[in-house]
Amino acid sequence: MIHARDLTKRFTVKKETVEAVRGIDLDVEPGGLVAFLGPNGAGKSTTLRMLTTLLPATSGSATVAGCDIAADPAGVRRRIGYIGQKNSAGENFRVRDELVTQGECFGLTRADAKRRAGELLELLSLEKLAKRTSSTLSGGQRRRLDIALGLIHQPRLLFLDEPSTGLDPQSRADIWGHILRLREEHDMTLFLTTHYLEEADNMAERVIIVDHGRVIADGTAQQLKSDLAGDHITLTVRDLPEAARAAEVAERIATAVDTGSDGMTVRLRVPRADTAMPEVLRAMETAGVKVAAAEGVRPSLDDVFLSLTGRSLRESDTADAPA
Amino acid sequence: MAVSFVRDTKIMFVREFAPVLREPFGLLFTMAQPLLFLFLFGPLLGGTQGFGQVGEGSPWQWFVPGILIMMCITGPMMAGYFLLVELHSGSMERMLVTPLNRTAMLIGRTLKELVLLLAQAVLIIVLALPMGFELHPVGVLAGLVVLIVFGVGLGALSFALAIASHPGGELFYSITQTIMFPLILLSGMLLPLDFGPGWLQALGAINPVTYIVDAERLLFSGVFGDVSVLYGALAAGLVAAIGLAVGTRSMRRGV
Repeated sequence: MIHARDLTKRFTVKKETVEAVRGIDLDVEPGGLVAFLGPNGAGKSTTLRMLTTLLPATSGSATVAGCDIAADPAGVRRRIGYIGQKNSAGENFRVRDELVTQGECFGLTRADAKRRAGELLELLSLEKLAKRTSSTLSGGQRRRLDIALGLIHQPRLLFLDEPSTGLDPQSRADIWGHILRLREEHDMTLFLTTHYLEEADNMAERVIIVDHGRVIADGTAQQLKSDLAGDHITLTVRDLPEAARAAEVAERIATAVDTGSDGMTVRLRVPRADTAMPEVLRAMETAGVKVAAAEGVRPSLDDVFLSLTGRSLRESDTADAPA
Repeated sequence: MAVSFVRDTKIMFVREFAPVLREPFGLLFTMAQPLLFLFLFGPLLGGTQGFGQVGEGSPWQWFVPGILIMMCITGPMMAGYFLLVELHSGSMERMLVTPLNRTAMLIGRTLKELVLLLAQAVLIIVLALPMGFELHPVGVLAGLVVLIVFGVGLGALSFALAIASHPGGELFYSITQTIMFPLILLSGMLLPLDFGPGWLQALGAINPVTYIVDAERLLFSGVFGDVSVLYGALAAGLVAAIGLAVGTRSMRRGV
């Protein structure tokens, strides 16, 4: 569906060159739900804008839905749907009018566009708003309209740029409900950017983490967590000498990394806490360490990002993205 | 290709025009604007003699084309404002990710302003008739065609400027405000340049609008055979060619 090689974008802002995207390689097969995760300014949106032909790449190449983004941008546009960060409908235009226009833009006849607009209004519970201008809709309603506009031509590949940013939790859940259902019904490939960790974690089948314009990790959320972060095991013992002994024992466990102690708790990181726990407890018992409490904690994608970059995704979520 | 181009232009025009039809009340203001000019500025012309360079008709013969050209500058020139609004929201972006032809997008958008201009033109001409304006239908039609070509080009330039000044928008306002009045004043649209000093006439000579103004005055008086008509048509064609080239290019470079 998407094949990109060494995709690069440089901007010149006030005589300074900003390397927004520094050579991204990407292969997305049909049918998946891929999340592009990273802090603001990591190059997520810029990559998306190149793949959707909104921005020409500085160098590198990509084919999207079988068409080259540079040689046949119109072909790409015909085959993809795009739901941008901002609202897609013009402020002073009526909801139904915009849907019909969008259908016509994709080559539907006016009659077909009207029929399709009607279907989507129903599908996204927008029928009652059909005659309203989009400026009078709530944030959640406008987002539903954005989705309807992105789906008017039933694309096989849908790009979503921060689909749920700025929505309240309820609207966010509602939007996701719609996205997942439509994907199921239409067998779409979804490619989305997000800086919500939970979203990437729960929804995506594949997570691609980007930072400073480069892909730094790529895999299922489970894989990334196991390979790059690992589970945390926390053991609590009764006194400090025992904690020191426990730390020594922990260090000898083959699969454990990042061991350390803090007061009477000892921490270690293992690929999987559930399978490592019995081994850890056995080793402690053999060494005569009495463990008072043991806990295994699954890592978050933030732990993955932290172990890759030394920064927390939540903390680095401040700088604004360039265009 | 040609069929889809016309189709794309129409899609864009219909979209842009729909809000006008949905809210016809706004049309009243659009129509009232040139009338104010006609009735508040026009009578002042009655006191001045010698404006009627072409023939010795009423001052309205001279003034009506002038108002129309002014409308044709202000409307399309400010059309970029609407694009700026759509760049701020995501609606322009959304349409750029459709296969719609870029140039057709520009033309369709400007056509909305030009249809309004045509309606204003009809209204002005009808009202000027009893005041002594002499109607030369073929000339007027030819004159309006030249104006439409000019308006399409100016509109496209305005869109390119809007894209260049996005996201701030200040550039758009400062440039349009800076050049609008020189374009109008240095064209002989409202007052003839012939009475001005040499440097002002020289500036007028490099203003493409001057040639369009001269051509329009001749056409509105039914004169086709003057070389000025050719120059005016060329000037309008040049503005359209440059405008569409620059406008389409700025959309390809990304927004």
